[in-house]
Amino acid sequence: MAKKKTIRSIPQERTPMREQDPQTRAKNFEEVACGYSLEDAARESERCLMCPDEPCISGCPVGIDIPGFIQKINEKNFRGAYDILTDTNLLPSICGRVCPQENQCEGVCTVGDSLEAVAIGRLERFVGDTAIKEGWVNIPYIEPNRFKVGIVGSGPAGMACAADMAKAGCDVTVYEAFHQPGGVLKYGIPDFRLPNEVIDAEINNLKKFGVKFECNTLVGRLFTIEQMIDEMGFNAVFVGVGAGYPTMLNIPGDSLNGVLSANEMLTRCNLMRGRDFPNFDTPQPIGKRVAVVGAGNTAMDATRVSLRLGSEKVYCVYRRSRTEAPARAEEVHHAEQEGVEFHWLTAPVAVLDDGKGNVRGMRCVRMELGEPDDSGRRRPVPVAGSEFDFEADLIIYAIGTNANPIMGQTSKLKLNKWGYIGADDKLATSVAGVFAGGDIVTGAATVIEAMGAGRRAARSMKAYLGIRDAGLPYIGGDGAGTLFGIDTRERNFARVRVA
Amino acid sequence: METSNFEIVAREDFSDVTYLLEVRHPLMAKAAKPGQFVIVMLNEHGERIPLTIADFDQKKGTITLVIQAVGKTTKQMQQECRVGTRLYGMVGPMGIPSPVSHAKKVVCVGGGLGVAPIFPQARGFKEAGAYVIAILGFRNKDLVFWEDKFRACCDELILCTNDGSAGMKGMITDGIKVALAGHSDIDEVVAIGPPVMMKACADATRAAKIKTMVSVNPIMVDGTGMCGGCRVKVGDQVKFACVDGPDFDGHLVDFDDLMLRLSRYTKVEKEAHERWSESCRMTKQVGPSALDALGLSKKGRAAQSELLELPDPFEDAPGG
Repeated sequence: MAKKKTIRSIPQERTPMREQDPQTRAKNFEEVACGYSLEDAARESERCLMCPDEPCISGCPVGIDIPGFIQKINEKNFRGAYDILTDTNLLPSICGRVCPQENQCEGVCTVGDSLEAVAIGRLERFVGDTAIKEGWVNIPYIEPNRFKVGIVGSGPAGMACAADMAKAGCDVTVYEAFHQPGGVLKYGIPDFRLPNEVIDAEINNLKKFGVKFECNTLVGRLFTIEQMIDEMGFNAVFVGVGAGYPTMLNIPGDSLNGVLSANEMLTRCNLMRGRDFPNFDTPQPIGKRVAVVGAGNTAMDATRVSLRLGSEKVYCVYRRSRTEAPARAEEVHHAEQEGVEFHWLTAPVAVLDDGKGNVRGMRCVRMELGEPDDSGRRRPVPVAGSEFDFEADLIIYAIGTNANPIMGQTSKLKLNKWGYIGADDKLATSVAGVFAGGDIVTGAATVIEAMGAGRRAARSMKAYLGIRDAGLPYIGGDGAGTLFGIDTRERNFARVRVA
Repeated sequence: METSNFEIVAREDFSDVTYLLEVRHPLMAKAAKPGQFVIVMLNEHGERIPLTIADFDQKKGTITLVIQAVGKTTKQMQQECRVGTRLYGMVGPMGIPSPVSHAKKVVCVGGGLGVAPIFPQARGFKEAGAYVIAILGFRNKDLVFWEDKFRACCDELILCTNDGSAGMKGMITDGIKVALAGHSDIDEVVAIGPPVMMKACADATRAAKIKTMVSVNPIMVDGTGMCGGCRVKVGDQVKFACVDGPDFDGHLVDFDDLMLRLSRYTKVEKEAHERWSESCRMTKQVGPSALDALGLSKKGRAAQSELLELPDPFEDAPGG
């Protein structure tokens, strides 16, 4: 038995991850962070105290046994680490890269109280990437049942839900409107943060589980949610279509040529490969001087993609200060390193016209922080008379998204006042058998939160279908004791076996 | 559930620039309604182009698209899409179906690329019991198509050509004047075509305050409300054509804004097109048989090279 670790006995410094040099990487679409080597991972795993209260597990939206997998890394049992990770998270390579760990597991890490937190995300990514390299797939023993489950949307929520339902033995079909599966992971998050090969590897794993992917299928219009239940034989449906209806600023000049949403810019570049125009047919707008409005992760992606497309000057304009910026700290840092110019406390007032319908610049006003608003962040207030103009020929709005209206237009699902799908705490919607989760329920959030929602919905779907598995505690007598008017105990019949 | 591999089961060439493709997609044929559109990808490297559904046949399980070869993708499709080949992708039906109202007397106006998509609407109105007057505009008689199809489902047909080689000589708006003069009780006008034409139609009915619906066709990427590229000004609101439309009140649509936004990628698209036609010409020099194998006649090729000088596709549409 090894000696008990203390905060003084562990390596004090967090193990750095090798990165491409900022000047080089700002010109290519290769991954910025190169990942941990075996030695890096082993060293970093030393830093975990294996503390008894395990705050990191509760900090993780999907509840990964974090000390467990770190322990396996420490024992150099990487396969073992992968097994533990995939118990709860089927997409470790993706999550290790895109989760905002500093607000989740790493934010509550005990080591983090006195030193830099254990680099949980980097370790997770190391294990996931090793598995892809080695071709490891954990296909659990699946006992097929008679249930057919439909998943609408192949983004993170849909993928997580599909994985759990397939593991439970259901016949799972995932529908995607685009021509490739992956949702926001494919069209939104650029290659230098999350390479397409990683996404495809994780999707292929799902296919090995028996999950079917149907692309070019716009659910709601090609067939409705109700048709899936009533005519197509689906016993349960999960809706995880995301919230990608981009918000525009509604300031003068919004419709000028050269103003576009981050969604459009990123989709053209990432999914449609506009960056390889004319080898690919989709044109990519490229500005000499680009202004990105907003400071979330999408905004950071837009700035950094612009640099890589060859823009000379890239500004990021945000009405609050750096502290309030919703992007991961690492993303802001990376963007800054690569040469993005940040203008904090600056709000756009108008987009300026060159007289021919094109953007020539933007008029902004300086802001200062006032009293805290509903979100708890200090409200930015314009400083009188501080307006100024600057030159730009491409303006990208990355100021958030609204609910996509297609589900509301085509189904009887009840929506909340903002247009998102209404779901209870079990993620059941107003239509029996239909569950929803991710951005279409909560509004724009993170990849891992969407995955967490997909898994929670899967748990509810299993309960609804009466599938019991080890991970599912007996649900019943929860106050009302009924589910859609039927006694829950009655619906939790023994697992159905197919002869 | 029947899944589709987007096989092309029929093709018809109406003229050197206009062609019809019938794509097998039984599920979509069942779901499609007048006024909806699809997004098509020709190949893996292709762009996503929105095309209005010109017709759908539930029995055959097909979707009909009528396409004008005006840009790189539509010209490449004209060369490559033969019966038996497949599209890489086709998703739809997208957009809110046109409301086939209870109007008693309706004018359906189709100009240029709008002639085909106005057909399901005209048929829809007829089936709903309306008196349907169709006004179709073409540049000359060689470009006329589907005259018989419209005659079969409309009570009146006014054919306009710019040079008078078929029907009456004049613009679509002249046709509208004739219709308005002949009928004082028109409840609704539906117009599909190039923006300039739809703008002219909306202007022609504004004074008489006749409800005029238009189907806008801005640049789109996904067609599912995600990119915002297709935003149009309707009255004092900004709408996304793909999920809030594509049909809007013609008297409220800001057509100048629409046309300006349509020209966003004209320059790069022209470059891509030139590069592509250059590579086609090279193929021709290397081995003309390659093109013959694709089934292109000599006449077709000659006409195509003339077309390279075509300016903005919307400029030479009737009514403009």
